[in-house]
Amino acid sequence: MSAVINENAGSLDDVTDGAISIKDVVKIYDPDGAAVMAVDHCSIEIPAGEICMIVGPSGCGKTTLLNAIAGFHGITSGSIHLDGELLCGPQKPQAEPGSDRIVVFQNGALFPWKTNLDNIAFGPMMAGKMSKAEIYEKARGMMADAGLSGTENNYPGEVSSGLRRRVEIVRALMNDPKVLLFDEPYRALDSLTKSVMHEALLEIYYRNKVTIFFITHDLEEAIFLGHRLIIMSSRPCKPKKIVEVDIPHPRDYSVLTSTRFREIMNEAKDVVHEEAQKAFEAGEKEG
Amino acid sequence: MTISKFTDKLFSRAALRGIVAIGIFMVFWEVGARSEEWFGHRFPFIGLVPPPTDVFVSWTGLIADPSYWQSWYMSFLRVFGGFMAAMIVGIPLGLLMAVNRTFYGMAFPSFEVLRPIPPLAWVPASIIFWPTQELSIAFVTFLGAFYTIVINVLGGAKSINKQFLQAAQSMGASQWDIFRRIVLPATLPSIVVGSAVGMGITWEVVVAAEMISGGGSSGGGAGGGLGFFIWSSYVGGSYEQIIVGMISIGIAGYISSELLRQLGGLLTPWLKTR
Repeated sequence: MSAVINENAGSLDDVTDGAISIKDVVKIYDPDGAAVMAVDHCSIEIPAGEICMIVGPSGCGKTTLLNAIAGFHGITSGSIHLDGELLCGPQKPQAEPGSDRIVVFQNGALFPWKTNLDNIAFGPMMAGKMSKAEIYEKARGMMADAGLSGTENNYPGEVSSGLRRRVEIVRALMNDPKVLLFDEPYRALDSLTKSVMHEALLEIYYRNKVTIFFITHDLEEAIFLGHRLIIMSSRPCKPKKIVEVDIPHPRDYSVLTSTRFREIMNEAKDVVHEEAQKAFEAGEKEG
Repeated sequence: MTISKFTDKLFSRAALRGIVAIGIFMVFWEVGARSEEWFGHRFPFIGLVPPPTDVFVSWTGLIADPSYWQSWYMSFLRVFGGFMAAMIVGIPLGLLMAVNRTFYGMAFPSFEVLRPIPPLAWVPASIIFWPTQELSIAFVTFLGAFYTIVINVLGGAKSINKQFLQAAQSMGASQWDIFRRIVLPATLPSIVVGSAVGMGITWEVVVAAEMISGGGSSGGGAGGGLGFFIWSSYVGGSYEQIIVGMISIGIAGYISSELLRQLGGLLTPWLKTR
């Protein structure tokens, strides 16, 4: 493990797949004829292997963007490409969901009727490219790497919420995705568990570098994890400020007390606060 | 280990409480039923009920009687038959209504009109329309469980967390995989609950149907079932036997529910962890 995690842990040079290009995306919801613009001419370029943190107040339309990439919703105009291939665009408003883009959901979507091991094996079993024995061997190996040994035969309901999240990330990685889409996955966790989860996520990332599109409203989480923060304006959602996090990887929790961390925090805080204020005044509700 | 010991203790204590409660109930019943004999004044209502000791004596007399066990057998057979038919028809119907919007639109309104009709209201019609008494009873029993099962399956399948479906879709599951590996297991707890409730209703219905229809094909007596057993005891004036019949149904219903609970627990092992 430590052999893999070296000074190049944060480098994106060796990652070739998973560049996302979001161009001029507009999403207008039209419930009962009253058009609501959720995403407004949003353009974001995410290089392959980057941890891109999408920061914005709750309900600003970040999840709409994530759902468009995942293929759960269509877009109104604009286009999204993955590695130069069109996911959705003018001729094709909705992307096909696929195993190259896996979502880690806000409330978790592990199947409660499957054991952790069976959950993790689910994707490759559906893909049918490997034999069952190979799949389960790989699943056990990845569980061991993620510190999940001993919970293989537990149901998700039997382990702590922190472990459940880790199982879900491993399940996502089993599909060899190019992109992981996180929809505020640590929102419901207490701050102590959260800090453990952040380090665990980075550790998993250093071993399996994929592009990470991570939605959050927690600025500390965003700076600790991300290569870059895209701070979004409140509804309609569009990038307002981009903050580069030049703290070198691999990172651990000592980073939180560093001067650079504070500086970046200060740089980002005002913008985030301003947008949160706007969202609050507009009467946006949590969620 | 300590947890299982703890539950063991809890169960034994709960069991003890149950036994004590039944004992106290029996004493009150006995005293109430013998109130005229012992105090010269009959307690209202309970003074007319045969005392538990007499019921017990009557019961010991029946235990050797094959026709009493034949009544058990007949009722069980009808409950089992009607219940199985309700499962076989009800589960696919509920699932189909949940997954297919067109079918739902067509089937649900008529289902909702038929559902409030109590199964017992079907007794005269089913006696007329079904060729044998046995089939009429089976049909009414079937209806007892059918609506509950369909409603539970439909509700369970419709309330599946949408993100389970999205996750499965992302991981490359086909429509059939999603149905078999997501919709079906996610609905299983509702199927178990629906059948447990349906089983209870089935016992209520079968007893009433047996009383009304006069006990099925053999026209009463040995082939009558527990409902007819109670009815013929009433007609014959054996009040102890009425109580024996009632308690027998209670025990039979409890056995069926317990079997179903055990089976349901085996089918949904992940729910034990909650």
